Amino acid sequence: MTKDQKNTEETQDQPADGNEDQAPRVRMAERRIATSFTLATLAALGLAGVYVSGGQAQAEGALLFVSLGGVGVGLVLWGRHLLGDEEVTDQRKEMEASEEEREEVGEAIDSDAGLGRRRFLGRLLGAAAAALGLAALFPIRSLGPSPGDRLRRTAWRSGARLLDQDGRLVRADTVTLGGIVTVFPEGHEESADSQAVLVRVEAERMHPRPGRETWAPEGNVAYSKICTHVGCPVGVYQASTHELVCPCHQSTFDVLDGARPKFGPATRSLPQLPLAVDHEGFLVAQGDFDEPVGPGYWSR
Amino acid sequence: MSSPPKVRRGMAWVYDRLGGSNFTKTALKKVFPDHWSFMIGEVALYCLVVLILTGVYLTFFFVPGSEEVVYHGDYAPLEGVKMSAAYASTLDISFGVRAGLVMRQMHHWAALVFIAALVVHLCRVFFTGAFRRPREINWMVGVTLLLLSIANGFFGYSLLDDLLSGTGVRVGYSIALSIPVFGEWLAFLFFGGEFPAVHFISRFFVLHVLLLPALIVGLLTAHLAILWRQKHTQFRGPGRSEDNIVGSRLWPTYALKSVGLFFIVTAILAGLGGLAQINPVWLYGPYDPAQAAASTAGSQPDWYVGWLDGALRIMPGWEIRAFGFTVANPFFPGALLPGLTFVAMYAWPFLERRFTKDRASHNLLDRPRDAPNRTALGAAALAFYLVLFFAGGNDILSNIFRIAPEKVTNLFRIMVIAGPIGTFFVTRSACRGLARSGAHPTEGPVGSRIRRTPRGGYEEVGDTI
Repeated sequence: MTKDQKNTEETQDQPADGNEDQAPRVRMAERRIATSFTLATLAALGLAGVYVSGGQAQAEGALLFVSLGGVGVGLVLWGRHLLGDEEVTDQRKEMEASEEEREEVGEAIDSDAGLGRRRFLGRLLGAAAAALGLAALFPIRSLGPSPGDRLRRTAWRSGARLLDQDGRLVRADTVTLGGIVTVFPEGHEESADSQAVLVRVEAERMHPRPGRETWAPEGNVAYSKICTHVGCPVGVYQASTHELVCPCHQSTFDVLDGARPKFGPATRSLPQLPLAVDHEGFLVAQGDFDEPVGPGYWSR
Repeated sequence: MSSPPKVRRGMAWVYDRLGGSNFTKTALKKVFPDHWSFMIGEVALYCLVVLILTGVYLTFFFVPGSEEVVYHGDYAPLEGVKMSAAYASTLDISFGVRAGLVMRQMHHWAALVFIAALVVHLCRVFFTGAFRRPREINWMVGVTLLLLSIANGFFGYSLLDDLLSGTGVRVGYSIALSIPVFGEWLAFLFFGGEFPAVHFISRFFVLHVLLLPALIVGLLTAHLAILWRQKHTQFRGPGRSEDNIVGSRLWPTYALKSVGLFFIVTAILAGLGGLAQINPVWLYGPYDPAQAAASTAGSQPDWYVGWLDGALRIMPGWEIRAFGFTVANPFFPGALLPGLTFVAMYAWPFLERRFTKDRASHNLLDRPRDAPNRTALGAAALAFYLVLFFAGGNDILSNIFRIAPEKVTNLFRIMVIAGPIGTFFVTRSACRGLARSGAHPTEGPVGSRIRRTPRGGYEEVGDTI
């Protein structure tokens, strides 16, 4: 049985039943509405009490819930049970314009034909507007510096010593086999794009790429910590498989094979930082990363 | 029941100066159809009201600054830790400002429910064909509202400058960077330089509390004005036609119920805000890109960007490199996918018209089964985004089910193709079956059994045939 059938039935029933039959239902609804509003009042007063006595997040939330909910439920019950719920029908207005009306609008626009006749002035106005529009774009340039080579360089320079996160210099034997440390160039500890992970592996298991044979003294190998996918810190090292994993999107890099991506959305190896040991035994960089760090971009 | 004389005198005072008595009369008598599915848009509207009220309150305390401060406040575990002013003021709102935490959590919950209500409302409009002529304009206004709301949610989430949101901003920056040709400039101008640029919090703040809310409120006003002018759609039924509208009058029944709904929605958001913890940023710690060794494993964004995160995760490691230029991997799932998604939504009313050749105006709604292809396509799209959403939790699923993350990801890569295709055909045949049988999927067959009484009348024997 659909709702409409029910409604027509009720309206037909009403004269026969009279009001006596409805009175208990109305009284019941009134009682429920009164209870809702009373609860709402009490909860609101309670809320004031909680607030004055120092506040407590859970109590505030619960009391607000009861208070607002009481008002809401009361209003809905009122609308549903105490007001006539008769269905009414209204006609829609025609939205579409008649041919005649369209014609009239067109004429109203054309009413001063002089506008259309001054072609030359119109074009000049157009040119002025276009130039102004262009000029309005210039302030956008002030929003930031030119990318320039900022994406290509980091703070690593030849001879820069490696600092760990606590600001200590790193020696060739600081990191134990299978260990991992985040390092920064000395003097640039705040340089976000310079952060690198230093991992210690058995030197003989490395497969250095051509030209990188001297980059990992005593098995100390350093890669950019910025994922080549979307730049999350590649902070998880699984020593048993020699894999660096990005926790954001699970790109996995093979430490023994130049941090080549083995799985996940990353397409490029992590750039490798060429390392050496200086005369005092500290790890230093031989220079900057050999390619831009971090995610890819158009002119990379 | 007549209104008190004071109210009448007050109204007369306004009419004498501005006119408008006729408008008030028609407004109060306006007819609204009674169907539960029409309430969803209202829920969204009321969430927005809560968002604005709680949001204004939060701006009184929030400091949109990236300058470094040393924290001295009520949250002992972070005492003496260096952090941004934005993060420190968020801690103050959560622990120092009385009722601040409830307001903050209500705001967050309201944002989650708001966008959920928008999506369900959009589904209602889509699956019942309410977007068809003459309502294409309002459909596009609505799609824009969804776009702006998702963007504003992301900006708001990013303001707090905690470890999780900072990671999210990092991902957003990288996606901007990956856009072909002008991505580098776009990222540098929008964020104010190479990540982590110093200006982004104050910029996001202005976008979040001024620019986007103004656009949202403006477009919402247009959305409601257009709705008011065109009147609601309605389902088919006895006495209903393309030329009329059946329902209850705005005043008093509908108004009372609707105001009641506002209070109920607010009550639920307040209950969630007080009792259900959301985004406990004090547990994540401040964002510091140079120190971000702390594991961000298991981090998930808010639900409405979950599909994008999932797409980033299951995108195979492909990118295009040619002629010295790169179209980087995150462009495809991060920029192209949402771009195409919204283009498809904007274009849908016109695409459908091209396929069905139906150019007529419609005020009567389809039931989903009446348009099997549209319904099946919509269901397939939902399946697609749902798979992406769950793919955003591939690390968590891998932990729960103890399956290697590679396997989980590969499974999602298959499902994101197979799921929508399967859904399309299952839904389409279900629609056709329902249309043939006339049955209702939840209410059973339509109609009732009647018996003729000896006196010639009819009485009902049972509800179902």
